[in-house]
Amino acid sequence: MTSVEELQLKIKELEEKVKELSLKNQEHNVSSHARAKIDHMSAEVVDSNPYSRLMALKRMGIVENYEKIRTYTVAVVGVGGVGSVTAEMLTRCGIGKVKLILFDYDKVELANMNRLFFQPHQAGLSKVDAAANTLQFINPDVTFETHNYNVTTLENFEHFMGRLKSGSLSEGPVDLVLSCVDNYEARMAVNRACNELGQTWFESGVSENAVSGHIQFLIPGEIACFDCAPPLVVASQIDEKTLKKEGVCAASLPTTMGIVAGLLVQNVLKKRQEEYRKRKQEEDASGQNVEEAKEEEVVVVHEDNEWGISLVDESSNVESDSKTSSGLHLSQGIRVAFERSTDSSNKDTEALESEGDGWEEAEVSLDDLMAQMKTL
Amino acid sequence: MVDEVTKKTLASIPLLKTKAGPREKDAWVQRLKEEYHALIKYVQNNKEAGNDWFRLESNKEGTKWFGKCWHVENLLKYEFDVEFEIPITYPTTAIEIMLPELEGKTAKMYRGGRICLTDHFKPLWARNVPKFGIAHAMALGLGPWLAIEIPDLIANGKVTYKEKQQE
Repeated sequence: MTSVEELQLKIKELEEKVKELSLKNQEHNVSSHARAKIDHMSAEVVDSNPYSRLMALKRMGIVENYEKIRTYTVAVVGVGGVGSVTAEMLTRCGIGKVKLILFDYDKVELANMNRLFFQPHQAGLSKVDAAANTLQFINPDVTFETHNYNVTTLENFEHFMGRLKSGSLSEGPVDLVLSCVDNYEARMAVNRACNELGQTWFESGVSENAVSGHIQFLIPGEIACFDCAPPLVVASQIDEKTLKKEGVCAASLPTTMGIVAGLLVQNVLKKRQEEYRKRKQEEDASGQNVEEAKEEEVVVVHEDNEWGISLVDESSNVESDSKTSSGLHLSQGIRVAFERSTDSSNKDTEALESEGDGWEEAEVSLDDLMAQMKTL
Repeated sequence: MVDEVTKKTLASIPLLKTKAGPREKDAWVQRLKEEYHALIKYVQNNKEAGNDWFRLESNKEGTKWFGKCWHVENLLKYEFDVEFEIPITYPTTAIEIMLPELEGKTAKMYRGGRICLTDHFKPLWARNVPKFGIAHAMALGLGPWLAIEIPDLIANGKVTYKEKQQE
């Protein structure tokens, strides 16, 4: 006899199979054109070689080792207007592994058709599935890994970090993370994950009015992180937190999205090349230099500290902050949604603080509080 | 940006002190206590003032919250399920309050029934990290949203009164 659980498992299995088959079916009319996998990138100049134009980069003296791109793993977080085009570019470049991680509630919609990549017949499919499906067909040599979830929730975040840590082809950390998400919360989540893992990443985005965009390169520990130096603050001194998210009312253009995705992938390729050069230089210079380098590693003591810079713990019990509004020079037509709290504008909350209700947090247990809440 | 009545309501909700998200074990328990304390105080205040309008409870870890909120229009009580999760970047970023049954009925909503907090609430939250908590999000985020959206939805016939909602 089979138990209910077993039957449920079976149903799940079958459902997945049906889904797989229906996806395959959709492509059936074109599947006869699908090519077989190719083991080695060849530089042979024939019409049937999908890599001949890429390998020509070597002959032109641009890259020495283009085929190395097959060992590279890139995680793309968010497969919207920028992310999908980014993933397609990487796929066409023959990158080793592309991971698509997407917010759970995003499905392909007809409202997305003003942008590139997705097609009307894909409406209703989850963006990751639709994207992986198309991309796998374009280049069967690329490995795809898709996750269809919201990275900002607790459980998903742990899994997300785990996949960044051991998601490469060799089960090591991914080489690069590309954030192509459309909201501040998700950017902060990617920022947090990359900071904790020491993971190099690129942030990207398109403005609300669809006529400008940015990419930003971040190396945790070396460059200020996204939280400290959001691109908008750096570029135009507007607070990142005031950014609206896409969906309800943001404008978008295929042109801007394409430009941002192009800049992003171009820099990924450059970055890869740079890393290779660096590694080669290190290898060439290895041996003698190792000991020298070790001796140089001493505790850094600064001779002077003219500006009185020190580290401040911001993690707990933050009392009132005394930020002053900086003199902003905004270009015409741009306004800030709110001013940073100044002494005068913060009066209402300051008054609150002095009021205090004499509550001693240590006295009550969490269970008591929960029970009290229920009885209300 | 904030009117006098709201200011008064706000003034009676205790502010929070601990800046900790759900991934910081001990500090999060402390933060959670502060959240509950503020919420209890706020609900009590509402009851005393005769405008009790929501109930919330959470799972044991305090990461998932669910409950009911209601709106009274022409002496009829319209009740809605409310839920949200605490994002790992909390409290730097605010919670995203969801009213799943209203999804698709109003433009002031993101997918999954997340109410639009962008204009009227997110800036307030951003300048009050970490002092604002869930209670503040209810008072300044969901409260004003319901007050504006529900009468409109009722007038358009998108929300209708259900008999069994009555207690």
